[in-house]
Amino acid sequence: MSRNPQLGSNGELVHLLTLEGLPAEVIAHILDTAEPFVSIAEREVKKVPLLRGKAVFNLFFESSTRTRTTFEIAAKRLSADVINLNIGASSTSKGETLLDTVDNLCAMNADMFVVRHSQSGAPHLIASHLTTTGRSYVHVVNAGDGRHAHPTQGLLDLYTIRHYKKDFRALTVAIVGDVLHSRVARSLIHGLTTMQTAQLRVIAPRTLVPARIEALGVKVCNDMREGLRDCDVVVMLRLQSERMKGALLPSPGEYFKHYGLTDEKLALARPDAIVMHPGPMNRGVEIETAVADGARSVILPQVTFGIAVRMAVLSIVAAN
Amino acid sequence: MKIEIADGRVVDSVAGIDRVATLYIDAGRIVGIGEAPENWRADRILDARGCVVCAGLVDLSARLREPGLEHKATLESELAAAVAGGVTSLACPPDTDPPLDEPGLVEMLKHRARTLNLAHVYPVGALTVGLRGEALTEMSELAEAGCVAFSQADIPLVDTQVLLRAMQYAGTFGHRVWLRPQDAHLARGGVAHDGEVATRLGLPSIPVSAETIALATILALVRESGVPVHLCRLSSAAGVAIVRAAKEEGLPITCDVAVHHLHLADTDIGWFDPLANLTPPLRSTRDRAALRAGAADGTIDVICSDHAPVDDDGKQVPFGEAETGATGLELLLPLTLKWAAEDHVPLPEALERITRAPACVIGIGQATLAAGNPADICVFDPQQAWTVGRQSLNSQGKNTPFLGLEVIGAVRWTLVGGEVVHQRSGED
Repeated sequence: MSRNPQLGSNGELVHLLTLEGLPAEVIAHILDTAEPFVSIAEREVKKVPLLRGKAVFNLFFESSTRTRTTFEIAAKRLSADVINLNIGASSTSKGETLLDTVDNLCAMNADMFVVRHSQSGAPHLIASHLTTTGRSYVHVVNAGDGRHAHPTQGLLDLYTIRHYKKDFRALTVAIVGDVLHSRVARSLIHGLTTMQTAQLRVIAPRTLVPARIEALGVKVCNDMREGLRDCDVVVMLRLQSERMKGALLPSPGEYFKHYGLTDEKLALARPDAIVMHPGPMNRGVEIETAVADGARSVILPQVTFGIAVRMAVLSIVAAN
Repeated sequence: MKIEIADGRVVDSVAGIDRVATLYIDAGRIVGIGEAPENWRADRILDARGCVVCAGLVDLSARLREPGLEHKATLESELAAAVAGGVTSLACPPDTDPPLDEPGLVEMLKHRARTLNLAHVYPVGALTVGLRGEALTEMSELAEAGCVAFSQADIPLVDTQVLLRAMQYAGTFGHRVWLRPQDAHLARGGVAHDGEVATRLGLPSIPVSAETIALATILALVRESGVPVHLCRLSSAAGVAIVRAAKEEGLPITCDVAVHHLHLADTDIGWFDPLANLTPPLRSTRDRAALRAGAADGTIDVICSDHAPVDDDGKQVPFGEAETGATGLELLLPLTLKWAAEDHVPLPEALERITRAPACVIGIGQATLAAGNPADICVFDPQQAWTVGRQSLNSQGKNTPFLGLEVIGAVRWTLVGGEVVHQRSGED
């Protein structure tokens, strides 16, 4: 299992499971492919026939509105047949195992699975199961697994940063918030280090920083003011409501006091710094409304780019 | 039945023997080494040239899955695995369904094991009723039924007052207490070592302090009560250091490590390999090095298989949902030999960790080949390589992170009570 399981024998992308270990050329190719797809959305007929006749199964074991919807739109704009399955929190509660579900859907001639699961590594399990059972022509795209990865979110973040900032190698990027539980943060960290971002910081209280995160190539700042200084890009993470009060944090108010993004704190970053957020936002918890809706916020363009990036991923993977 | 094990390298640290000799067995006992008894005429001769002849292996932790979990394994399958691995005596932890907290369950288990006439089975009784950590079990009744020690298996005893009392009560009657040091709170929800790998893979983690805090608690209670404790399954460098210091202090403790942990680290999880989901979690390569050194210098007394047969249903799920554990009875010997060869530990000393030392922890005598002792013997070829695979394992649990690995050291014959209970196919 040591080989990167998402790359085929010629290094082509057959599944998208994580950004870790993905070569910079592959990432750049995905971002380049996404560019023309952005303009498709502005046309009267928002469709291309790249995935005509393909069956894309949105396999969501964990609830999601935004990611599922944008994947659905992406697949439909590529002319695929999209089937949405919301299996809920746990497959085992229905007595069917994850791999049984996959086998059944394969019997319905699925071409691609877009998978979201609460367990880290679930898409890897599906991909390796498809390989060992001789069905490697069925593709898996990870739409978020546990705390592990959310590669299409990472890619759309990279797309957004490249769109506004051009050269990664000159940038200082800060990721702020619940890094411990965040698959968005992990994917973005891998993507940015691969693209040779100059400096990458994570800003959070110690309770929300996982062990030895420095090994991933980031600098940890517990003080947000220090961490934001001279940043080009500020990425805010969502704080789940169940984590706002308890042993990780005392209250949303105190969290906002230290780690909420305000105009005053943002002033420490570069004057042209952009502000990103994967959504959905908690206004007044991790970000104040003035910043979220302010001139430097690129949060809504992120959503638009997200569809184009997902179209790029689906079309590239399906072609391999 | 008179059996002669001819011309093998007889290794026995207790008797201080390490030489090529013939072993003579009659009526279930060893009757001579090197010199045949008078009027000797063997009914069967086992040609052990090139082989090592040692006391049968003794394993401190082999889950047989009976009662209650027969879909994973049965006594038949696991005792066959034991003797195929050269294990002639094993202790089984109480985390069955129901747990081993009543004499009837223990008697049934002992009876079933006796009928099969393979390896000796020594049940470990539950320290508390239902392993719930609240009320003490009837330890004396359980001991009479056959329990050799009392433990909580992998379920931590959260209430330290109950823990102290359990130790005091057990100590009153000389019952042995085995504890696996893990703090329940720090380990809550965790599935991997708190380090770079868990961070990269986004796996909920268990910090080393889950082990060191529990060790400190247990050792404080040992100091307080004077009751000896055997510590199960160390996993960390810090844990080894604490045990080393406690032994220097003179505390009455012994400890063991699972053989998997001498060879694997969290990096072996790779891309979420559920086979590497073990209890305790595989820790860093630094921790592994300390465990190996601890086993070599005797800080760690015993190496055990921590045998836990898990079926495919338990492993073909995402890493965090996978049942923990791996099959180990048939790998205890080759993996111990591998460790010894790599770290230049002399063979007699390595064998001591899986024969005499665990026998002392269980309290079943010496596990020695000296004349007069029961003929529980393992004869293995120290050169023969074999590949760990589903076909080559007798255990019903085929899941181990070592699948596909070529190991060296194959058991030729296993004798229990002077009878050949296992012979490698192709031998006569």
